Amino acid sequence: MNLDDLDDLADKYRQEAADAEVEVRVCMAASCQSSGAQPVYDALTAAGEATADAPGRKCRIKGVGCMGLCSAGPLVAVAGPEDGLNESVIYRDVTPDDAGEILTSAVDPKASPVARLHCPSDLPFFARQQRVVLEHSGIIDPNSFRGYVVVGGYSAMVRALTEMTPTDVIAEITTSGLRGRGGGGYPTGLKWSTVAKTPAEQKYVICNADEGDPGAFMDRAILESDPHRVLEGMAIAAYAIGANKGFVYVRAEYPLAVERLKTAIRKAKRSGFLGNHICDTEFNFDIEIRLGAGAFVCGEETALMASIEGGRGQPRPRPPYPAESGLWGHPTLINNVETFANIAPIIREGGDWFAAMGTERSKGTKVFALAGTIVNTGLIEVPMGTTLRDIIEVIGGGIPGGKAFKAVQTGGPSGGCVPEAHLDVAVDYDSLKTLGTMMGSGGMIVMDETASMVDVARYFMEFCMSESCGKCVPCRTGTWQMHSLLDRIARSRASRSDLTLLEELCEVVQATSLCGLGQTAPNPVLSTLRYFRDEYEQKLTTPSGH
Amino acid sequence: MPLPAPQANVRVVTLKIDGLDLSAREDETLIEVCRENKIPIPSLCWMEGLSIVGACRLCMVEVSGSNRLVAACSTRVAEGMEVQTNTEQLQRYRRTLVELLFAERNHVCSVCVSNGHCELQWLAQTCGVDHVRMPYRNAGYEVDSSHEMFRVDHNRCVLCTRCVRVCDEIEGAHTWDVMGRGSDCKVITDLARPWGDSSTCTSCGKCVQVCPTGALVKQGTSVGEMVKDQQFLPILARRRHLR
Amino acid sequence: MQRQRPDLPSADKRWKLVNATMRRNGYAEHALIEALHSVQDAFGYLDEEAMTFVADSLDLPLSKVYGVATFYHLFALKPKGRHACVVCTGTACYIKGAGALIEGIEQRFGVAPGETTADKALSVMSARCVGACGLAPAVVLDGTVIGKLGTEQLVARLEQEIAE
Repeated sequence: MNLDDLDDLADKYRQEAADAEVEVRVCMAASCQSSGAQPVYDALTAAGEATADAPGRKCRIKGVGCMGLCSAGPLVAVAGPEDGLNESVIYRDVTPDDAGEILTSAVDPKASPVARLHCPSDLPFFARQQRVVLEHSGIIDPNSFRGYVVVGGYSAMVRALTEMTPTDVIAEITTSGLRGRGGGGYPTGLKWSTVAKTPAEQKYVICNADEGDPGAFMDRAILESDPHRVLEGMAIAAYAIGANKGFVYVRAEYPLAVERLKTAIRKAKRSGFLGNHICDTEFNFDIEIRLGAGAFVCGEETALMASIEGGRGQPRPRPPYPAESGLWGHPTLINNVETFANIAPIIREGGDWFAAMGTERSKGTKVFALAGTIVNTGLIEVPMGTTLRDIIEVIGGGIPGGKAFKAVQTGGPSGGCVPEAHLDVAVDYDSLKTLGTMMGSGGMIVMDETASMVDVARYFMEFCMSESCGKCVPCRTGTWQMHSLLDRIARSRASRSDLTLLEELCEVVQATSLCGLGQTAPNPVLSTLRYFRDEYEQKLTTPSGH
Repeated sequence: MPLPAPQANVRVVTLKIDGLDLSAREDETLIEVCRENKIPIPSLCWMEGLSIVGACRLCMVEVSGSNRLVAACSTRVAEGMEVQTNTEQLQRYRRTLVELLFAERNHVCSVCVSNGHCELQWLAQTCGVDHVRMPYRNAGYEVDSSHEMFRVDHNRCVLCTRCVRVCDEIEGAHTWDVMGRGSDCKVITDLARPWGDSSTCTSCGKCVQVCPTGALVKQGTSVGEMVKDQQFLPILARRRHLR
Repeated sequence: MQRQRPDLPSADKRWKLVNATMRRNGYAEHALIEALHSVQDAFGYLDEEAMTFVADSLDLPLSKVYGVATFYHLFALKPKGRHACVVCTGTACYIKGAGALIEGIEQRFGVAPGETTADKALSVMSARCVGACGLAPAVVLDGTVIGKLGTEQLVARLEQEIAE
């Protein structure tokens, strides 16, 4: 199969779906489902069937992936023929009772949108985003292989397999300047070429979907909204490095994402886009799903591999790096979900196109999960280099209830808190590091003036303490000690010497821990000490007898 | 005519440790080179003949050109490497790590059968730990005396996993493993049942000999009597390797 | 030296499901976590009989199986109650009052996360972010995510579920 054949296939699928002029899209991602999207979908389907023969436009009810504004769910979008089903009217907080009204307005070309539910799409929340990774999210049916092909899916893979050598593919990724979206920001092209150059009979590709940072749900949304995209990225990677077997390691806490991935893998295999002789080429690639079982540390790559091998998810010293000796000792490429989701557009549009977005050293866009005390909770995608202020005040809509902003926490338990004074920083890997936090996987938790920073530090230390695998001494015992010190400070039962000891433990745990979890565990403490030291000082007591 | 010398498949490198010029085979780790050359580096989990886990972090050293400390047990030598093993900063870190271990469980040397022959005790002495600055966890741990020959006292365990590795890698029984995670970690036999009920333990006693503290001991020893003999390990490990 | 695979522990059909998972993975060592997942799906928890069966089938040491089963927090070694309430303690939920939910449940039902009521009606657990941050504070009640509940509403909902 070449690109023309794929185009023909897409055309055929498009023709077959051309009977509907209007699409009513119901967000069926986990958050909207929890707000009651399924009854809304059922009601719309029933209303659609009841009015199938009525005059007006032919309408299709479709379950789609995440539209982003999770706090306003269930979300429904209506796309008409005016702009080839691209522009849509978005409805928020939809209930099953609204189904009839929405449909009536949808099928009548002259009707105006249901004002009561209307969520203007020129809101900064939608208008200020630039969607690359989420380009099809909320538009296509994640359970439909055809839907993905219709929007140009798998064309990047077919192009790579039929028109590019593995070296060409890696060169394109290197040109794009893409850096790993899992947190570390390691250059993806460099990682790929290292694995590609390691000689071996057997190599593996692993997709890290063990999204564990509390408050981060980007990968979940991508898997639930556009799973084929991740598979396509993995297949392109496998072709580039010479692997024939892949694993997706996904959290068991994400049952819907697992289900959609399974469906996607099954359908891709059946259509010859995974398996042996993919698209009639010599390339073979198969993907298996492996479920996590509730261990944050398994996001660390060596722990993740230990878990795929069936063991305790404990990290091991590096080097050797997975690129050299990974799964069962074979060279292994590990990237996270969002990184793989960026691959297809880079191959499709070219590395230069991608490199034109973002900042000097951080290219492309980044998906962020906005949560905490912020008006618009949900998922956004913006170019690297957007300021924190834009993200929080403009796109996020600011703090609800007239309260003042205090800090935004990025990077999960490995990151830190950024105060008001630094909100104008342009977000990229390096700028956040300078501020004492990190990009992490993209969770942003906004906190208002009522939040206690010592409490926040204690919360994250509790997290690291109970997620520590227990292997190395500084992380196992140091996080316990730091948590107990923070607890004493938070309850105003600590002295100045306790604070000194806390800072010293931070240094030791950071410098000596075996893996990233321990090395970064002190970060939330260090960053809150840096910007909110007075909150710690206020809670200290003068020890009696000294 | 003499035959050409066989091609050596392991090269030799030169490096500098604490200012000393040393040579080493390129497949050696820093800790091995240090031991050969009598450069003291503290360690608990590392043991010649067992696999490397890099868990105790006591053997951290400075390598010029690296912005992070590295563990000497899991770092291979390299040509031109410059290593510092005993800076003021490293001493401070090691002291803190030993303190953390003391505060984690209940190490009471005066009533320990390993008193005077305990690696944790030696470490405290060599690292200059004269008191523990952090609060003791004071968690209660049980003593399991169900085995007819040996005893395990979890109060004295430092989770170095030497017992787990020697049982798996040398004896081949894999009676021991670690359960739980974080501070809840504990060494167990079989399904965390009493050691004496183990269906897999061969009572070979290797775990007792490699244990650095008084956690695994022979029954019937009194305070200070438990002297461990670890001579067997390099010999067995080498023979296994040659096979 | 091929080791004979053990017989199924009993005629209970659920063992066949567990065995099928292991067979699909060629009884390889790396099937351990998958096998434990299938035991938990079928029986609700992992007991000694199940862990011994899995260990023997995959030819793994008992202590290794126990070590893995206790490393991962999703595996339960004790039977759960009829209803399971998972309180999300992710950052967003924490900021929005997950702690109050846990306290409220503890006050009303006397169980903390990780515990089951004496009448086996309710098990309470905590989770590290279920990824429903838009609905904070979120709880997962018998597999369904419900969000934005106050403590009183949640307790009332639990009482209602238990009564049914």
